[in-house]
Amino acid sequence: MTPLIVATLVAASLVGIGVYGFILHPHPLRKLLAFNLIGGGVFLVFGIVARRGSAAGLPFDPVPQAMVITGIVVAFAASAIAIAIIVRLYKLEGGVDLDPALPRKSDGESTES
Amino acid sequence: MNVQPFLDISLAALVIGVALFTIIAKDEFSAVVAYVAYGIFLAIVWVRLYAPDVALTEAAVGGGVTGVLLVMAGKRLDVSATMVVAKKPSVAFSAFVAACSILLAGSLAAVILSLPDAAPSLAPQAAAAAQGPGAGLGNPITAVLMSYRSFDTMLEKVVLILAVVGVWSVGADEAWGAAPAPFGPATPSDALLFLAKTLPPIGGLIGVHIFWTGADEPGGAFQGGALLAAMWMVAMMARLADPPPINSRWLRLALISGPAVFLAIGVAGAMLAGHFFAYPSALAKPLILFIETFMLLSIAVALPMLVAGPAARKGVR
Repeated sequence: MTPLIVATLVAASLVGIGVYGFILHPHPLRKLLAFNLIGGGVFLVFGIVARRGSAAGLPFDPVPQAMVITGIVVAFAASAIAIAIIVRLYKLEGGVDLDPALPRKSDGESTES
Repeated sequence: MNVQPFLDISLAALVIGVALFTIIAKDEFSAVVAYVAYGIFLAIVWVRLYAPDVALTEAAVGGGVTGVLLVMAGKRLDVSATMVVAKKPSVAFSAFVAACSILLAGSLAAVILSLPDAAPSLAPQAAAAAQGPGAGLGNPITAVLMSYRSFDTMLEKVVLILAVVGVWSVGADEAWGAAPAPFGPATPSDALLFLAKTLPPIGGLIGVHIFWTGADEPGGAFQGGALLAAMWMVAMMARLADPPPINSRWLRLALISGPAVFLAIGVAGAMLAGHFFAYPSALAKPLILFIETFMLLSIAVALPMLVAGPAARKGVR
């Protein structure tokens, strides 16, 4: 059972590291990376559940694994939207910080060229 | 002496170390590069969990295509110029968040380790779907994706299209209908040009092979589609091809072909085979491969479009 215990520690650490970075990093790109780390940890939990559920002659339960495969693709799609919004924010505001108290490069007029 | 546990522990240390580095790295670019490496190492963890299909997806999508997306975003954001000026969180707050995160990770590990020993499993049903009237597929994952949980897979394709619509929607109004910004500079380096001329034929072949063997061996439309998408992106980076205009007819048809064919066959199943998304037994495997072919096309087109971003006017990167 050792690989399962090791995978458990990896999954839990990834979620912890991700939550830490997600809360503390001011840059939205880093927040996105941290959020994806949390996602990786959650997917690993699915993998552990799949491995524990081996039955019917299969070394794993294929249902959680199939869900992870669709999940990875959906996580990528969500990241792509997040990136598009961050890039758009940068083009409109000239910066990517999320702090509303900071002064903006321009209000109203777009900085797009 | 068995070295396997030591390899496992080293691998775990590697994954956790690289993940930690993406958080503590000084600049954004190092963090992105570390994240790509993390995706590859995580794929090896998936192999250790007897999940080669997930490992392929994680390496291709989680590491590869996401890496391209992040590197391109870094370039478009001009990360060195947009360093966030917000003040750093105080040491006390950082320590508090760190303590909470460690507590969270610890409790999560405790919960997973104390799961009951007789784990619930849907493996018998999935195996029945793989062997039974539904499919005749050797790969139980593909059987689950295409037969046992086919409606989920169809909806997941719809999510991809919605994401493309979402990315296109945040573009500037004036640029609507135009092509997304090109992937690379107008004059790519010779090395990249050579790579883009040599790699796609091989990568395309491997992508189609992974898709085709997916019926019986690890692989499938997701992994093969991601590889084809990567080959198209390599060609676009070397400017051998440019992203197509987002209002082009063939692009939109290719995007919707996967879920459209899937849904059409699902509805036909409701009339011919008894219930929604049921396949007639004799035709199950050819039908599944037929659907998967269009899914492959949709994925291979949707992933690069998600990376390319919204439409841009000429000359804007």
